[in-house]
Amino acid sequence: MKHTISVLVENEFGVLSRVAALFSGRGFNIDSLSVAPTNDESISRITLVTGGDEQVLEQISKQLNKLVDVIKVIDFTDGSGIEREMALIKVTAEDESRAEVLRIVDIFRAKIIDVTPKSYTIEATGSPTKIDAILELLRPLGLKELVRTGTVAIGRGAKGWKG
Amino acid sequence: MKMNGARILLECLKKEGVDLVFGYPGGTVINIYDELYNFKEIRHILPRHEQAGVHAADGYARATGRVGVAIATSGPGATNTVTGIATAYMDSIPMVIITGQVPTALIGNDAFQEVDIVGITRPCTKHNFLVKDVRELATILKKAFYIARTGRPGPVLVDIPKDVQIAQTEFSYPESIELRSYKPTVEGHPKQIERAVEMILGAKKPVVYVGGGVVLGNAAAELTEFCRTLELPVTTTLMGLGSFPENDPNSLRMLGMHGTYYANMAMTNTDVLVAVGARFDDRVTGKLSTFAPHARIIHIDVDPTSIKKNVRVDLPIVGDVKGVLQRMIKVAEANKEKVALLKEAMLPWKEEIAAWKEKHPLTYKHASSVIKPQYVIEKLRELSNPDAIVATDVGQHQMWTAQFFGFTAPRTLLSSGGLGTMGYGLPAAMGAQAGFPGRQVICVCGDGGVQMNIQELATIVQNRLPVKLVILNNNFLGMVRQWQELFFDKRYSQTCMELPIDFIKLAEAYGAKGFQATRHEEVEETIKKGFATDGPVIMEFKIAREEKVLPMVPAGASLNEMVLNA
Repeated sequence: MKHTISVLVENEFGVLSRVAALFSGRGFNIDSLSVAPTNDESISRITLVTGGDEQVLEQISKQLNKLVDVIKVIDFTDGSGIEREMALIKVTAEDESRAEVLRIVDIFRAKIIDVTPKSYTIEATGSPTKIDAILELLRPLGLKELVRTGTVAIGRGAKGWKG
Repeated sequence: MKMNGARILLECLKKEGVDLVFGYPGGTVINIYDELYNFKEIRHILPRHEQAGVHAADGYARATGRVGVAIATSGPGATNTVTGIATAYMDSIPMVIITGQVPTALIGNDAFQEVDIVGITRPCTKHNFLVKDVRELATILKKAFYIARTGRPGPVLVDIPKDVQIAQTEFSYPESIELRSYKPTVEGHPKQIERAVEMILGAKKPVVYVGGGVVLGNAAAELTEFCRTLELPVTTTLMGLGSFPENDPNSLRMLGMHGTYYANMAMTNTDVLVAVGARFDDRVTGKLSTFAPHARIIHIDVDPTSIKKNVRVDLPIVGDVKGVLQRMIKVAEANKEKVALLKEAMLPWKEEIAAWKEKHPLTYKHASSVIKPQYVIEKLRELSNPDAIVATDVGQHQMWTAQFFGFTAPRTLLSSGGLGTMGYGLPAAMGAQAGFPGRQVICVCGDGGVQMNIQELATIVQNRLPVKLVILNNNFLGMVRQWQELFFDKRYSQTCMELPIDFIKLAEAYGAKGFQATRHEEVEETIKKGFATDGPVIMEFKIAREEKVLPMVPAGASLNEMVLNA
């Protein structure tokens, strides 16, 4: 089962490699990973998506907590968070397919951010399933390049992560 | 006062109460050594190899309970510390390792003797630091010592570039430190503790399984008091030896791969298993699917990641074992009647255990034609001081020592349990002796492992450390040979050492004394002579070459599937 985990860490060099090494050292795969500083510049937030059974996930979560630079670990798998992702998509758009691409972009409320006579580059944001859906529609039209940011997640409700 | 980074390091060590370090100089620590030249408050011991320096700091830490400190230069000096650090990490030994690094501006340039030691040691340290600014040095060292000794202890490495050692700044050492990202749970949950005692009091076949955490947490007295009050059967891991006196009638001695028959049978049949400061290592559990099949499991440990890592746990208690045991004693005292009932309820269990003990006691085939290694260990116990510290290497001799010495006090056995590092014994004994100059320190080694750090005889003699080195010589890499005999059809591939070493001449070459026993009747005399001789001594025993460590649970088998005599 997929788990989306937010890891609040000290914004220092080497922290990301500690977190990544924790996965690689145990042979666990990270499906996606995103890192950036938070409103508190001294804290970075790592959001990662990983898979595994409950026992593996419990161990991952404990091991993350054990890292000296980790301040807090939040698992959003219970639906307590809102997940979003952005994708930049370059698709072939010539003749008859140009209009079709535009329709899809419109339906998904995505944006065209670059145009050539032969292609469109699209910016799409939304839940990871929405990104998957737009990709499925665009793929037959000729997908030339795809960049996904990986999932980021934030808890629902009025409270911040500090409570 | 303004001072340079090298001096700040020494001042910080002094503030942490460090009066002894093990280190090896080199290009990127030369400034530290220059400051050390006139710094009288810290004694420095120069090993002959950085790996041994780290093992010595480890042995010192295990014996004294203090943080061990080692220094090495960049590059090869730093990589040589890795085995020592990994050894300490696996056994949760508090240490601070200082490495020199090439100047900040050269980092990443493949400079002479440059290596990314912070990267290399990331998976085998509790934490590590690269100091990039001299103004951060004091705070980082404060953090390093705090992290090394609190929670589940472990080694912390601090990498200090040469220019940081030279740069000057105002020195002030923080009185205390708080890390928002590191707050080990120290106090066990009171309700959980009550529930645990309740579960134990309701048991019919309880067993207490004790690991190194009780030694590290200085909780042997509490553990012993609790178990004696309830008259619980107690078994210990290799790392837990000494935390419960093995001469106590309720001691089941060591469990696991080379544990006693009765300890392993008790584990297989127990209904309530109380794990204290132990981590269910594969050498202890055997086959996991058949491990303690009838037991509800209580697990007390300061490290939450240890809990439910390998086995299911019914009642976890995260906390410092000393505090938890103190509370458990109080709860038991408040339930005197139930304690009395428990003792009665355990009677059939005690009989069962007694029958196992009688059926297969811990023993060996005595002989007077050859020297039995087990006999040497028994004689060592008999003829040594009661507070003697014993360091071992890794292999057959280690298991014979664990089985037959009969440890009665914590911090008297120093052994590489988790990593199983050959070459650990001699430098560890050296470190322990440096910490306790007046106590008897015995190092038991095989002829294989002792040659992995034999050069430390020089350090031992130079520093007048009266280590008594016992070599059980079978001219084999005995443990591997034993596996080859049992599981590989006696195909002794590369386990015979062939070239016999004259260890007596070797002792003399280093300026130590050497005694040898080749016959059974010489054993006692040799040990007596060795112990009576001042200064470092080698006692070599030519033991029965193909003696095996038994009983044995083959790797991957269940604890009750022991090879008793092969």
